[in-house]
Amino acid sequence: MSLINLSRRSVLKAGAAGLAAAALPMGLARAQTPIVLGAVYVGPRDDFGWNQAHATAMEILKTVPGVTVIEEENVPETDAVSQSIESMINLDGANLILATSFGYYSPFVVELAKKYPDVQFRHAAPLWTDADPTNAGSYFCYLNQGHYVDGVAAGLSSPTGKLGFVAAKPIPSVLSNINSFLLGAKKTNPNATVQVIFTGEWSMPVREAEATNALIDAGCDVITCHVDGPKVVVETAEGRGVKTCGHNASQAPLAPNGFITGAEYKWSTIYAMYADLLAKGEPLPNFVAGGYHNDMLQNTPYGAGATPEAITAADAAIAALKAGEPIYVGPLKDNAGNVVIEGAMDNYDPVLDGMNYLLEGVVGSIT
Amino acid sequence: MMDSAFITVLIAMLGGAIRVSTPFMFVALGECLTEKSGRINLGLEGNLVLGAMVAYAISFHTGNPWIGVLAAGGSGLILGALHGYICKLPKVNDIAVGIAIMSFGTGVAFFFGKPYIQPSAPRLDAIHLGDWTGNSALAQALQVNPLFFVGIILAVAMSWAFANTRWGLIVRMTGDSAASARAMGVSVDWVRFLATAAGGFLAGVGGAFLSLYYPGSWNQGLSSGQGLMAVALVIFARWDPIRCIWAALLFGAAGAIGPSLQSVGISQGYYFFNAAPYILTLFIMIASARSKGAAREVPGELSITK
Repeated sequence: MSLINLSRRSVLKAGAAGLAAAALPMGLARAQTPIVLGAVYVGPRDDFGWNQAHATAMEILKTVPGVTVIEEENVPETDAVSQSIESMINLDGANLILATSFGYYSPFVVELAKKYPDVQFRHAAPLWTDADPTNAGSYFCYLNQGHYVDGVAAGLSSPTGKLGFVAAKPIPSVLSNINSFLLGAKKTNPNATVQVIFTGEWSMPVREAEATNALIDAGCDVITCHVDGPKVVVETAEGRGVKTCGHNASQAPLAPNGFITGAEYKWSTIYAMYADLLAKGEPLPNFVAGGYHNDMLQNTPYGAGATPEAITAADAAIAALKAGEPIYVGPLKDNAGNVVIEGAMDNYDPVLDGMNYLLEGVVGSIT
Repeated sequence: MMDSAFITVLIAMLGGAIRVSTPFMFVALGECLTEKSGRINLGLEGNLVLGAMVAYAISFHTGNPWIGVLAAGGSGLILGALHGYICKLPKVNDIAVGIAIMSFGTGVAFFFGKPYIQPSAPRLDAIHLGDWTGNSALAQALQVNPLFFVGIILAVAMSWAFANTRWGLIVRMTGDSAASARAMGVSVDWVRFLATAAGGFLAGVGGAFLSLYYPGSWNQGLSSGQGLMAVALVIFARWDPIRCIWAALLFGAAGAIGPSLQSVGISQGYYFFNAAPYILTLFIMIASARSKGAAREVPGELSITK
């Protein structure tokens, strides 16, 4: 490690504590074999959404003996993430880096993995390929399965069958959540429709509130969303007496009257598996993807908005997903009338990762 | 069908104008006062975010959202006073200080705001003006927060005071010609300090509206640049408090176009419609700023015009 490699943060710390002290933790890390896990988040850890889902799982890891967790939040998807990760490695002796935002991967994580071959890097999106460094990797949960369960429950909790979806951007994972929500709802109410409003931004609270109000004014009586922090959507809908389904983390406390259930990540399954393998000195898998069948998802405990029939149907849907029942069963048309899925698709079929359409029954457009 | 869709969008724009405009209104009025005195405070985004956080925290601890509103104003007052004081020092550029205050205000708000993201604080109530209509969308659109009316009354009062009171005259004079003000025996620095502090107070109150009414929760992405837009609205409104109100209403209404068009099924091109407020502002700005009248209305002492 040369001084040039020191990132800004380590230089600042070194200035305060002396250069010798700055170099010390690294020596310690090499001498012992504890796991120092460095987690990087793109937003605040308590956003009621994506980052909170990761941070909650990280809390569980902190209780594992021999695991030290260091975290940094609000790290932009720029060179800043390289600097944060480098100072975690050089200064805190991190030997496992969890980069939890989509845009961290290329080029930042890939380049760092080449530069630090002794450190393991794992990134939370299905982006790793065989061509990438072997000390890097991907992990991902297919949250659309959770939205499917939401849809099943919403179909039986909505008197009108008009469901609303506040979505950020029309990328495949968002579209898959919308489509799965629709298919779930159609399972219990064949006439159900999903009206979608795209806000165009991952986090834009005022526009999310406006979109929620617009959906309710259009007659939707269950609202769900795919935005970074669903707090505003759920609170606005609750304030207008409309039911809600959650996304990413538990929003149940925000909607005591209208919450049905929510699609939640269970990153702790993956993180605990990583910690276990590291403690045994075994290599980490390069690619982990999962859903209900391998305990990487959960649905928020049912709230007051869920009817008894909805709870029964949703529980059955979860059991079916665990048994591998497919969500996308063709022939399915998109909302322009083209057949997009011919037969039954496996829930982890890579073709679904490239989804670029809204199914028939979704009111909205991706452009 | 087309008619009802059109009415839905109109109602949504009305609702949007009422719901979204208040923070713009308060920040723009605050900035208007500051700029009338001859100083630019770009830091009001910081006041807005800090005000939002303080209002939420105080409302959470005291259980009374109105105390939160006052505290938010107080926090804005302190930030404004800080800007006013620093700019009194020789050779200080008010725009640079404003940017520093913006970073400082948001930074402080994020730092102390951490513990308040999760809990729910008591929020401000609305006045239900539209319940008699029997139309739920219209009733919703006409739920008005008292701060909205406070903003309008304030604008009228400010407009009247600028034209008819000694205080108003002094503020305008320091803004138009510091030399004349000094010749009259007015302390230019002191007037600008007070105007900046008072402007900061108003921006803080605007932040309270964001966290305590609409969208009504505290998180770090809450403002997403509304404070900066409001500062721009002052130029758009040509330093007239009444026009600040119209500008804020227009901006709020335009912001509702994107979501409401999607809700009535016009879903193509939502990126374009979501940009409506900015496009609209741009066009009106081009149309209005070209007039000779616009040049006359700029306070002469502003560092952007000197």
